[in-house]
Amino acid sequence: PPFPKIKKIIRENTFTVLEVECLIRLFHSLVERANVRLNNFGLDRNAFRAILHSVFGMTDDMLMNRVFFAFDKDNDNCINAKEWVKGLSVFLRGTFEEKLKFCFEVYYLNGDGYISQEEIFDMLKNSLHQQSSEEETDEGIRELVDITLKKMDYDNDGKISFADFEKAVKEDKLLLEVFGPCLPEAKVECQQLKLVKGTF
Amino acid sequence: TRTLEITPLNEVILKEIAMFVESFIYKHPQEAKYVFVEPLEWKTNLDPSAFESGYIVSETTVKSEEVDKDGQPLLFLSVPHIKIRSLGQLSRLLLIAKDRKSCNKNPGLDYNTVKEDTSTVNILDKITKDEDPESEIKMKVGMLLKQLDLYLLNHSLKRISLQICLNPTTVKNHIELLKHFSGKGEQTVLESIDYTSDYEFSNGCRAPPWRQIHGEICYVLVKPHDVETLCVTCSTEGVFLNEDEGEINYERKSEIYKDLVTFFKRKIGKIFRKYDIRFTEEWKKENEEPKEVPKKEEADALPKAFLASSKNILEKNQINFGKIQMTKRLEPTLNWKATVDFKKNTQEKKHGGRLGRSGPPVSPGRAQLVRKSAEKIEEILSDSSSENEEDEEPPDRRQEANADLPSEYWQIQKLVKYLKGGNQTATVIALRSMKDFNLAQETCQLAIRDVGGLEVLINLLDTDEVKCKIGSLKILKEISHNPQIRRNIVDLGGLPVMVNILDSPHKSLKCLAAETIANVAKFRRARRAVRHHGGITKLVALLDCAQSSAKPAQSSLYDARDVEVARCGALALWSCSKSNANKEAIRQAGGIPLLAHLLKTSHENMLIPVVGTLQECASEENYRAAIKAERIIENLVKNLNSENEQLQEQCAMAIYQCAEDKETRDLVRLHGGLKPLASLLNNTDNKERLAAVTGAIWKCSISKENATKFREYEAIETLVGLLTDQPEEVLVNVVGALGECCQEYENRVLVRKCGGLQPLVNLLVGINQTLLVNVTKAVGACAVEPESMMIIDRLDGVRLLWSLLKNPHPDVKASAAWALCPCIQNAKDAGEMVRCFVGGLEFIVNLLKSDNKEVLASVCAAITNIAKDQENLAAITDLGVVPLLSKLANTNNDKLRRHLAEAISRCCMWGRNRVAFGEYKAVAPLVRYLKSNDANVHRATAQALYQLSEDADNCITIHENGAVKTTASLKREFLGYSKF
Repeated sequence: PPFPKIKKIIRENTFTVLEVECLIRLFHSLVERANVRLNNFGLDRNAFRAILHSVFGMTDDMLMNRVFFAFDKDNDNCINAKEWVKGLSVFLRGTFEEKLKFCFEVYYLNGDGYISQEEIFDMLKNSLHQQSSEEETDEGIRELVDITLKKMDYDNDGKISFADFEKAVKEDKLLLEVFGPCLPEAKVECQQLKLVKGTF
Repeated sequence: TRTLEITPLNEVILKEIAMFVESFIYKHPQEAKYVFVEPLEWKTNLDPSAFESGYIVSETTVKSEEVDKDGQPLLFLSVPHIKIRSLGQLSRLLLIAKDRKSCNKNPGLDYNTVKEDTSTVNILDKITKDEDPESEIKMKVGMLLKQLDLYLLNHSLKRISLQICLNPTTVKNHIELLKHFSGKGEQTVLESIDYTSDYEFSNGCRAPPWRQIHGEICYVLVKPHDVETLCVTCSTEGVFLNEDEGEINYERKSEIYKDLVTFFKRKIGKIFRKYDIRFTEEWKKENEEPKEVPKKEEADALPKAFLASSKNILEKNQINFGKIQMTKRLEPTLNWKATVDFKKNTQEKKHGGRLGRSGPPVSPGRAQLVRKSAEKIEEILSDSSSENEEDEEPPDRRQEANADLPSEYWQIQKLVKYLKGGNQTATVIALRSMKDFNLAQETCQLAIRDVGGLEVLINLLDTDEVKCKIGSLKILKEISHNPQIRRNIVDLGGLPVMVNILDSPHKSLKCLAAETIANVAKFRRARRAVRHHGGITKLVALLDCAQSSAKPAQSSLYDARDVEVARCGALALWSCSKSNANKEAIRQAGGIPLLAHLLKTSHENMLIPVVGTLQECASEENYRAAIKAERIIENLVKNLNSENEQLQEQCAMAIYQCAEDKETRDLVRLHGGLKPLASLLNNTDNKERLAAVTGAIWKCSISKENATKFREYEAIETLVGLLTDQPEEVLVNVVGALGECCQEYENRVLVRKCGGLQPLVNLLVGINQTLLVNVTKAVGACAVEPESMMIIDRLDGVRLLWSLLKNPHPDVKASAAWALCPCIQNAKDAGEMVRCFVGGLEFIVNLLKSDNKEVLASVCAAITNIAKDQENLAAITDLGVVPLLSKLANTNNDKLRRHLAEAISRCCMWGRNRVAFGEYKAVAPLVRYLKSNDANVHRATAQALYQLSEDADNCITIHENGAVKTTASLKREFLGYSKF
């Protein structure tokens, strides 16, 4: 195998050897295309966002940033091959539990393990089309924040813990991506699976 | 005030007013001088130069020389405004204008008179209040104007009475009549005629409210013979074509005709000419009937009727003066109002919290004033029956905007706002939150609709966002339990979108769409929409899921989801299968083998809709054959043993539907279905299931073997126990089953021993036709037993049966007559018993004039039995039984032939009846009966001819008509049958 770490990678993922090889090859071609510096081998945030946009059809910049941070486990602002395969494993083949965890990671950014009211507001702030006045839009968003908190904050501490999140999503799967799309769409997912299996 | 529309009626009124005003100055010079408190004002294009003597004319102004006591001119024109303060001046002006017609045509006059109208009445008002020296003249002016008013009203009455004014009732009657004369074949007027909408608003209209405003009542799809289907609008003004490739297009495409038949005659003349005389007669009757009723009233109380009609006209006039002319306006029901409003408002991002509820249009001042002048007349009227059913205000379930709305209403409104104005994330949150409301509660269901939510929810189904679609369908699925919402969903075009979703690769999406369709397709129009958009094929395809996944190599998780998809598909098909065309569509899409396959599964949730669909479809012959062929009966029987009551019910229903067929009945027995049916009889709490089970027993017991089995399972005793305190649906089946079972001797005895005769005879006084048919049959079956007959006689059962001969329904008549036969046969002193019924013989003889073959056959059979008693035979001979029987001789119906021949042969036994039958030409047709293929006919005919041949003339007739061959066989028959 061209990469020594590959066995370890395979062990941690749901992909087959062949698929992992494909993914890694894909990763390298993407890295080359992105033309990143050699000392930090991998995809930087811009390059990764471009991929999220073109391959997975994501549009929201803020959420793409958050997805990047969720991929970037070692917080070096760069996604290496291992992170790439691991991330895609959840992205494309993740079990429900894995996706649940992933989404939660995307939504809580500051690392305290909770999604706070301010964070929710931040994530939802572009979710309503401009109403007649800015205040009105703000009020609408605050309302949406209240709705989600009321729905998901089971322990009434004004923020959403992982336990809250898990409970709410298990009750209704629609809430998995409640604060914005951070997983590939169902149909994109199917196509991507084919990509991974075949053409690359 | 505004300009009135130019209509013939309004023009006439206008002319009358103009004439009145023009001549006013000559006829009433004194009153003409009377000065109005307020001037009449309007704009005119009359040129100042038109005015001549008596006026001070400048380039742009004209003043009359005539002035009031303050020196103000009575006419003042300052182009283009004109003010007039006396009728005399008005009169002059009109004369001037008339001379100058070229420059002051209708528009001017129009304004002129409208203005005049309102202000004259204003004057009237003031007259009544003021008390000053001039009051006498005022009074006179007032009187004159009032006279004019009344004159105009009467005049309009005449004109309006000439107008066609269809109302929902007449239209409905016409359509019913046409329906009666529709169908396949030469004898009919049309192939079919149907409403486009099943839903009838409480005012009798079927057009949506926003079309009712235009006077439209309903739309009908008409299929004449040999021509494409036409879509026709029936409105108050008449009937016209609106066709647009099967869809309703409100545009008028033809002239307006005065009613449906006129429309057909003119529009599709040739085809329609086939309609037979009966139809024309009925049609005439239909159209005359309503007229006759008022005539009678008129005779009774002429002045009252007159007043009533003049009151009517007053009411009509209000509207004429208001906005809509010619006909009385239909008050649209408001049930859909908001939906319509919001439809218009969709473009507008914001809509305020208030629901626009425009009340009925109030015609301006004039109308109220007309009413005022009519008040006196109204006072005289005690209470004229309101024949204008359109006036009824439909029950409006919409909440008033200013009423106390529940808090849910406002919350839902806010959520809908986010649905409209949010991106996917906000939409999903709003949908999720909406689902947390109690969607089973009508307040919430209607609130969603009333704030325009339905439309948004349906629009979401058209997007690419899977999550939004799921969220939306989850809500639609819940609220579509409400019948109003279902209709709204169909009206908003929700079904085609949902049908499209059935193709989605997303399984939960498919399930939700199918489940929602199952809820929505509870009425005909919806079911038709599903079919028209290819929904049936797609739903049938859903059934296939479970089959493909039944192959190995699939994980159990997927298996469960596929089963769920198939279940939802079956659920939707169950709803859809209530329409006949859908049954056929399901079959054509290959649904039967798939349903048969699903029937082998063991999921109760799946089995109920599957059996439900099959049961619904089994009304079709095709299905019954397929059900037999696909070995479905076996599984139905198996599921009778299920624990689930609904499943048991559906299985029993399916057996009930299929067991008309002998082989199927045998299959039910062979698969051991009779025992579970019999044991299900013991649980009587669930009436639906009891009805289904007793139905299945009824049909199964048509086979003798089955009836015997039921006795073994002690079902007879239980059935007798069910003859009391059961709903009619159950009773019909129980009695039907007993009727079949009692064809067997042991069962008859059993029924008597269990005390079943009393409750059976008690049921003879019901009104349910199906029940009566079954009860008479059961009583008849019991009467075969002399011992039972005694009891029936004691219970006065024969008299009850006899009186059922008077039942209007031919099936009941026939069944009662059949039942009388064994009664007369087995009664101890039958002759005396029959004679006891006063007028009974006359009545039964007269039934020979019926045109129903079954009634005739049964009555012939009864007469055969009656005639066994000499005294009675003499009596019916006197009542003219011979000519009546002879008249029936020319028939091809073998059943009738047989019983007729028997009756004739019996009746020959009295006086010169033999000769009489020959004279009434009954013999020749009887000879032809020998060519029939029915042995029973042969035997009866042979006996009859044997009796008749004792008269020489008849012998000649027999020989003339019977070829050698027939006579030869006749001899054989004599030899064969005369021994009996």
